[in-house]
Amino acid sequence: MKPAIIVFPASNCDRDIAVAMEQATGKPPAMVWHGETSLPDTDFIVLPGGFSYGDYLRSGAMAAKSPIMRAVIDKANAGTPVIGVCNGFQILCEAGLLPGALLRNAGLNFVCRTVTLKVENSQSMFTSAFDKGAFVDFPVAHHDGNYFADDETLDRLDSEGRVAFRYVDNPNGSARDIAGILNDAGNVLGMMPHPERMISPLLGGMDGAAFFKGVVDAAA
Amino acid sequence: MKAKITITLKNGVLDPQGKAIEGALSGLGFDGASDVRQGKVIELKLEESDEAAARAKAEEMCKKLLANPVMENYAIEILA
Repeated sequence: MKPAIIVFPASNCDRDIAVAMEQATGKPPAMVWHGETSLPDTDFIVLPGGFSYGDYLRSGAMAAKSPIMRAVIDKANAGTPVIGVCNGFQILCEAGLLPGALLRNAGLNFVCRTVTLKVENSQSMFTSAFDKGAFVDFPVAHHDGNYFADDETLDRLDSEGRVAFRYVDNPNGSARDIAGILNDAGNVLGMMPHPERMISPLLGGMDGAAFFKGVVDAAA
Repeated sequence: MKAKITITLKNGVLDPQGKAIEGALSGLGFDGASDVRQGKVIELKLEESDEAAARAKAEEMCKKLLANPVMENYAIEILA
């Protein structure tokens, strides 16, 4: 696998997820600055967490229009797997690669803690390491993680099995406890929790390492 | 020409900031203030001198960047 991690101004989980990808693939991923207009040879794209553009206007709004995103959208539409974590999820929604939007947390608080997720779809290329109904622990750290979409969209996500993860104890008011969703083709995943922060017992657990290993195995 | 764009959350979209403001107003003794909603105003200058053209340009800006139709409405005012 040849992953590429897109780095935006004020991304702050780009290096963490690079470590996680290197742990899973055995080699360092390419780091791509948002101002580039083309991608290196890649078969897996990561939009990392952070606070791109200081969350100005709306979280992810400006990053979604940055020069590299035209290439990312083209690759995603051509079937290349794309994962967006936290701010990356917000960027995917703002770019139109995933439906809905991430609103301010219902409780107004910045939520920073480890949460338990239920794996709702174990058939996707991102979640095949887990059994359907399994529980995994990943940290969240966000202010705008309250997933919102109209009822019709939510019904479609449910009926098409496109909810990848649900919160067991909803930390932010997300509709239907949604923590992560897939696009209709199944090659784009957006999720608020951070699997890259759970890749060593020193960090509190190995669920994230299992996640990335599963992603790499599925792509092999 | 100048454009003034007002962006508001759609009806039904939870506005926790509005709710917090409402709570603070009530704490200050302003009784009877309800349904507080927070939005944003963006002002900008446009080189167009024709109002219709200026409005069309602002409309395109709203659709492409300034507002997110999933959760927001926008209103454009063109000022001379």
